[in-house]
Amino acid sequence: MSSDAHTRATGTTSDTGADAATDTMTDPYVGSDPYAATSRDTTEGRVYTVTGGDWDTLLDDTQHDERVVINMGPQHPSTHGVLRLVLELEGEQVTQARSVIGYLHTGIEKNCEYRTWTQGVTFVTRMDYLAPLHNEAAYCLATERLLDIEVPRRAQVLRVMLMEINRISSHMVALATGAMELGALTGMTSGFREREEALHLLEFLTGLRMNHAFIRPGGLAQDMPDGFEAKIRDFIRVMDQRLPNYDKMLTVQPIWKQRLQGVGYLPVDGCLQLGVTGPILRSAGLEWDLRKVEPYCGYEEYDFEVPTSTDADCYARYVLRVAEIHESLRIVAQCLDKLEPGPVMVADAKIAWPAKLSVGADGIGNSLEYVRKIMGQSMESLIHHFKLVTEGFRVPAGQAYVAIESPRGELGYHLVSDGGTRPVRVHVRDPSFVNLQSMPAMSEGGLVADVIAAVASLDPVMGGVDR
Amino acid sequence: MSGMTDPDGRGEMDRRDESTSDVMSPGEQAEHEARGGVVAGRARQGMFGVRGSGDTSGFGGLRLPAHVPAPAQRPYGGWFDEVTDELIAAMDERGLPAEAIQQVTVDRGEITYYVRREHLVALCRALRDDPGLRFELCSSVSAVDYGVDVEQRLHSVYHLTSMTYRRRIRLEVAVDVDDAHVPSVVEVYPTADWHEREAYDMFGIVYDGHPALTRILMPDDWDGHPQRKDYPLGGIAVEYKGAEIPPPDQRRAYS
Repeated sequence: MSSDAHTRATGTTSDTGADAATDTMTDPYVGSDPYAATSRDTTEGRVYTVTGGDWDTLLDDTQHDERVVINMGPQHPSTHGVLRLVLELEGEQVTQARSVIGYLHTGIEKNCEYRTWTQGVTFVTRMDYLAPLHNEAAYCLATERLLDIEVPRRAQVLRVMLMEINRISSHMVALATGAMELGALTGMTSGFREREEALHLLEFLTGLRMNHAFIRPGGLAQDMPDGFEAKIRDFIRVMDQRLPNYDKMLTVQPIWKQRLQGVGYLPVDGCLQLGVTGPILRSAGLEWDLRKVEPYCGYEEYDFEVPTSTDADCYARYVLRVAEIHESLRIVAQCLDKLEPGPVMVADAKIAWPAKLSVGADGIGNSLEYVRKIMGQSMESLIHHFKLVTEGFRVPAGQAYVAIESPRGELGYHLVSDGGTRPVRVHVRDPSFVNLQSMPAMSEGGLVADVIAAVASLDPVMGGVDR
Repeated sequence: MSGMTDPDGRGEMDRRDESTSDVMSPGEQAEHEARGGVVAGRARQGMFGVRGSGDTSGFGGLRLPAHVPAPAQRPYGGWFDEVTDELIAAMDERGLPAEAIQQVTVDRGEITYYVRREHLVALCRALRDDPGLRFELCSSVSAVDYGVDVEQRLHSVYHLTSMTYRRRIRLEVAVDVDDAHVPSVVEVYPTADWHEREAYDMFGIVYDGHPALTRILMPDDWDGHPQRKDYPLGGIAVEYKGAEIPPPDQRRAYS
């Protein structure tokens, strides 16, 4: 509009001469501007009649002048990773919001088609990097459905335990980064401190802080190290001590509540249409948790609650995440009680990864006894090991879709096999990808600051969105 | 052990291309068309991924036809019969022909309806709205490319979830690569928006009626559709201790 006004002004200057020639009584600008002051000559001299402009159109113009389209991201500390938001603003108000993704696309799905089924684990664990164990578990569950095998009980219990510890660390990051994006930096430092506890524990249990590749088709890479129970009980104790601090620091804090309450509203029908699952769907009142409604890995045996709310706003999602951490701790404690000695990998030597690992002077690797056996005593074992590691196992042709409850919602793996040693297709229904579609519905009509709160409450992980 | 080395220095990709040209014999063709015409895999020849050299293993004569998902026989078992009966009733009610469903397959505890694309949207609407079906949530839309020489190689796959009845079904639409058009289900399931954009981006399936079918993961000016089987994975060879490790798509495949 401003440029429009500019052409109007310059256009009139050119026909000034003509106006002056035909009507000497009026101001030269009058022809084009209805609000220009008119004048006439009287005995008292020249009298000007000054009229006001129409305030409505005047305000209209200024509002349009404030219309700005901004690109937020992909490199921006408040957009939760390499997410680019294109916002159309009228002043502080967002009239249109769109998200642009793809900045972290690494072609993991296609890469999996060029690896064996076991190698696929090391790729999928890098998708949603805040929930690596959930990715591994879902991929392995789908592979196991294709193979029609069931993993030993100890492996199932350990999978549940690892996934719940992972859920705690993931929710802690959601909380920490969400707090950071809203300017609550103490929330960030505390959240990351607690997440560090979870990652230290996972490092002790699996050998790696992230990208574990610990859950394998057929079971687990190896059994738990000595003394793991004490470590986990310590972790539960520490978390039980520290979690109430979040209630003191954030849950009841007026600024935190004002930033989050009533912001990013998305009711149940909107969630269902947009395919939104996880804490966002539960914050809208639907008690939909795949651990309860479609139990896998034996979740039906555990005693835990699915916290829900009907507020459907960012604050409800924050409260639910904290409540879910408490529930996860309960599940982890129950896992410890359920653990019984036993194998952690299927007995079928045609599928089970052959490595018998131990820690040597140069780090973790095949144990000396095992290497001695395959190299010195059993030619068949050596061939078997070699075939399984280089060629991999064959998976009968067909397809399977397995969905589990990741910290962000329904994480589904659609695996297709044509009977070979490599998948034909690995499709991941990542909850971040789907949930991010609801960003415009949550933030249009609100303020810019509320977009940040809404995106933070969605907790998208760009590694999972872009894959 | 002729498969252990790569004497003629040819990559695995070239060899696999030869093997995939091994299409079905006329007899197999007729058989699979009688079964509904859905191919989900490629035919194989030989073993150990060895091609282009003398057959010292003796396995070179093996022939494995492409996988064809078997049509299920009634009763399907479990709730599959109930859902199928409800679906047929809902289709009657809405004037959808029975041929809209090409084939029903029950495999590994999952039910798949192979659907003709003309009726896909109406079928989805029936699945969503019929009180006996209530598939409220479209969990995922994706595509599968079964390989260069497979007819109707591109499949558009829909995973629908009924939250009311806690059931999951799969719809599958097979299309030719030259006529890769599937009607968009965005008007029924708005969540399919990004899924369809992704399937278009990665596989080049054109979802007719989609509000804004543009690339979503790749840059707008990208050529080709990366997850098609004839699109190379790429990569560079890595030298380690004097030996060269070829990029992943040129390593030996046993598949």
